[in-house]
Amino acid sequence: MIDALGNPQSALVLGGGSDIAVATLEQMAARRLRRVVLAGRNEGSLASAATRVEAAGCDQVATVHFDAVDAAGHDAAISDLFSQHGGFDLVLVAFGVLGDQGQAEVDGDEALRIVQTNFTGAATAMLAASRSLVAQGHGTIVLLSSVAGERARRSNYVYGSSKAGADALAQGLGDALHGSGVHVMIVRPGFVRSKMTEGMAPAPMSAQPAEVASAIVRGLEKRAEVVYVPSKLRYVFAVLRHLPRPIFRRLPL
Amino acid sequence: MTGPFGTEEVQLVTGWGRTAATAAKHLAPETSDDVRKALLHSEGHVIPRGLGRSYGDTAQSAGGTVVDCTGLDAVRLVDVAGGKVTVAAGVSLDALMRTLVPLGLFVPVTPGTRHVTVGGAIASDIHGKNHHHDGSFCDYVESMVLDLPDGRRLHLTPEDDAFWATAGGLGLTGVVVEATLRMRPITTSSMVVDSWRAADLDACMADLEASDAAHRYSVAWIDCLATGARLGRSVITCGDHAEVDDLAPRQRSHPLAFDPHSLLQAPQVAPPGLMNRATVRAFNEVWFRKAPRRRHRSVERISTYFHPLDGVRGWNRLYGPRGFLQHQSLVPFGQEEALRSIIERLAASGCASFLAVLKRFGPANAGHLSFPMPGWTLALDLPIGPPALGPMLDALDELVVAAGGRVYLAKDSRMKAELVPQMYPRLESWRAVQRELDPGGRLRSDQSQRLQLLP
Ligand SMILES: Cc1cc2nc3c(=O)[nH]c(=O)nc-3n(C[C@H](O)[C@H](O)[C@H](O)COP(=O)(O)OP(=O)(O)OC[C@H]3O[C@@H](n4cnc5c(N)ncnc54)[C@H](O)[C@@H]3O)c2cc1C
Ligand SMILES: NC(=O)c1ccc[n+]([C@@H]2O[C@H](COP(=O)([O-])OP(=O)(O)OC[C@H]3O[C@@H](n4cnc5c(N)ncnc54)[C@H](OP(=O)(O)O)[C@@H]3O)[C@@H](O)[C@H]2O)c1
Repeated sequence: MIDALGNPQSALVLGGGSDIAVATLEQMAARRLRRVVLAGRNEGSLASAATRVEAAGCDQVATVHFDAVDAAGHDAAISDLFSQHGGFDLVLVAFGVLGDQGQAEVDGDEALRIVQTNFTGAATAMLAASRSLVAQGHGTIVLLSSVAGERARRSNYVYGSSKAGADALAQGLGDALHGSGVHVMIVRPGFVRSKMTEGMAPAPMSAQPAEVASAIVRGLEKRAEVVYVPSKLRYVFAVLRHLPRPIFRRLPL
Repeated sequence: MTGPFGTEEVQLVTGWGRTAATAAKHLAPETSDDVRKALLHSEGHVIPRGLGRSYGDTAQSAGGTVVDCTGLDAVRLVDVAGGKVTVAAGVSLDALMRTLVPLGLFVPVTPGTRHVTVGGAIASDIHGKNHHHDGSFCDYVESMVLDLPDGRRLHLTPEDDAFWATAGGLGLTGVVVEATLRMRPITTSSMVVDSWRAADLDACMADLEASDAAHRYSVAWIDCLATGARLGRSVITCGDHAEVDDLAPRQRSHPLAFDPHSLLQAPQVAPPGLMNRATVRAFNEVWFRKAPRRRHRSVERISTYFHPLDGVRGWNRLYGPRGFLQHQSLVPFGQEEALRSIIERLAASGCASFLAVLKRFGPANAGHLSFPMPGWTLALDLPIGPPALGPMLDALDELVVAAGGRVYLAKDSRMKAELVPQMYPRLESWRAVQRELDPGGRLRSDQSQRLQLLP
C-alpha cells in the first residue's frame, strides 16, 4: 500500500532497464519499497537493474519480458502481471527511445519505431495498467514524459511529438481517474545523463537520474500531477511554449 | 444505489488525516442482521468502519468492501442504577453522552473527540486522560457481540481470548455489532480543572508524575517548537469530576446539563501550507502565554475540558489538500531520555507540530494489540509537506523501538512493517486467534496490508 507520505511498497516498471527508473527504485527502496517487477525487452539491462535494486534493499525483485512495441499484447500482459504478483502500488512507465531524428525524416521505419514505442506503447500500457489499478481501488501511474513534448522542436520533433502524445494521454487519464483512488503523475525531465543520452553533449540545466528520482519521490509525497526536473524548467518552458513561431524556429534548440 | 443490504456504492475513503485515499464498496447496514448478510454475501475482503476518526488507513480496504457501522445506532438498554448500558456498535460517544450525562452517567474513557463509535473505541481500545487511573476503554466492556465473515455470531466476555483479540484488534477480528458498557456515575456535567505552565520538560514530567495520584485526569500540552532551555515547555491540566458544591450557585439547579455544539465550521477548502512553522509558532506562543503561570483552579464543562477541538467542525480540512498525520508513541517509564531525544529531534527537524500531548499511562490490559502500557505517551499532529518529515518520523520510530516502546496503530499511517513485531510482542498470539475467527482471510484493511499484520 502507498502510505501517507506517498511511498509505495510495490512497483511494476515498464522499461525496467531504464537508468532513471533504477535510480528511482533505489531511492524508494530506502523508504518503503520491497517488491519490484522489472519488465523490459533486454535481459542484460534488466539483470543489472535487478542487481542494483536488490542491493538497495528490495527483497523481492523479478524480471519479465515486455515489449513496448507489442501494443496489442499489453492488456493481457499487464493484467497477468497484476494477478500473478498480487497487484502493485506503483506502475512506472519508463520505456522510451530517443531515436534518430535525421533518420526518421528519411526512413519511415525509424519514425514508426519512435512513435510506436513512445506514444502507442505508452498509451496502451497506461490504459491497461489503469484498469487493473481501478479494480484494486488504489495506486499510482508515473509516466516519464519529457520537456521535449512541451513544444516540438526542429531538432527532435518526432521524439518530441511522441512524448507530447503520451503526456496528453496521461493528463486525460488522470482526470478520468479522479475519484477512483488511482493517481497519475507526469514527470517532465530536461536533459538527463543516462544510457539514452550517452555520448551526447549535455544541454543546459542537465540532470542526473538521481535528481529525477528524488523529484519523483517528492512529487508522490505531495500528490503532484506534473513534475519538472529541474523544477525551474517549468518556467523556462512556460515561456518557450508561448514564443512566436518565427522566433522559436530560429532558437538553437 | 440500493442493494440488498442497504445502500451500496464505490466510495473513496481516507482516515481523519485525509491521506492515502483508496476506493472500496461502501455498505451501510442498519441492523445486525444486515451486517451478517453483508458479510456473507459480499465478495473479496472487508473491514468495518465507524466515524473514521482514526488518522490513517485502518478503516479502509482498497478494492474491497467497507462496512460502515454508523447506522447501528440504537441505545438498547440503560440500567441507570447499575451504571450499565447496552448499545449497538455504531452509537457514538457523543450520542451516549447526550443520552446518559443528564442521567448521571459518563463514558468511562473518552478520547479527545466525542465523535467516535463504540465499535471504533473497542477496535482501538482507546485511552483517555484518565488512563493512569482507570485503564482503557475495553476494561469497561462487560460483553460484546461479534459477527464473523462466515456468518458465525459470538457473544464474548473478558473470559474469552477472542474478546482480547478484538480489543485493539483494528477491526480485523470481525464486526462488533453490540456491546455492554460499565459507565461512570457522575453528579455534575462539569470538571474541576487545575492548570499551570511548566517551564521545561523536566518540570513537566515531574509535575505530571506528582499529580497522577491526586487527579483522575491529567495531560500536558507541549510546545514542540521551543528548543534549548525551554525544550518541553508546556501547559499541564489536571481534572476531576465536579461535585454539585463545586458549581456556581446558578448552575446548581441543573448540575447535569449537557448540550455541546460546534460553534465554528472549518472552511471546506483550505490552502496548502496554512499550518506551517510560522503559524504554528505564533499559535503556540499565544497559547502558552494565555495559560496561568501558577496553578489555577477553574470549573469547566465536560466538552470544553475533553473535546475542545469538537468546537470546530471538520478542523482536519485546515491542513489543506495534502492532509496531515499523527504520530503517537509510548516509551516505558525509565526511558525518559528517549522521550527527551524524541522531543529534541522533533524541535530540531523544522517540522511544525501543532500541539503535542504528553501523558502518563498506567498498567496494560490483556488486549493483544492494545497500545497502552506503563510509560509516557506523546502524540504529535504533523502536516504533510516538509521533506524532512518522513525520515524524521522513521528516526523517532527507531528511538521508540530501542527504548522498548511502541507506536499507536490507530493513529499510524506510515510506519515500517518490520517494526510491528518488535513493538507488539503479542502479535503472534493475536494472529493465532485472528485466524480462528476469520479462517477464510476475508478481513483486511489497507493498514493490515501495509504493515503485514496478517501474513
Ligand atoms: C481529534 C481526535 C482525538 C483523538 N483522541 C484520542 C485519544 O485521546 N485516545 C485514543 O485512544 N484515541 C484518540 N483518537 C483516535 C480515535 O479514538 C480512534 O481512532 C477510534 O478508533 C476512532 O473511532 P471511529 O468510530 O471513528 O472508528 P474508525 O476510525 O472508523 O475505525 C477505527 C478502527 O475501528 C474498527 N471498527 C470500527 N467500527 C467497528 C466495529 N463495529 N466492529 C469492529 N471494528 C470496528 C475499524 O475497522 C478500524 O480498525 C482521536 C482521534 C481524533 C480525530
Ligand atoms: N535521458 C533523458 O535525457 C530523458 C529526458 C526526458 C525524458 N526521458 C525519458 O525517460 C525515460 C527513461 O529514459 P532513461 O533516461 O532512463 O534512458 P534509458 O536508460 O535508455 O531507458 C529507456 C529504457 O526504455 C527501454 N525500451 C526502449 N524500447 C523498448 C521497448 N520496445 N520495449 C521495452 N523497453 C524498451 C530501454 O530498454 P533497453 O535496455 O533494451 O534499451 C531502456 O531500458 C524514457 O521514456 C525517456 O524518454 C529521458
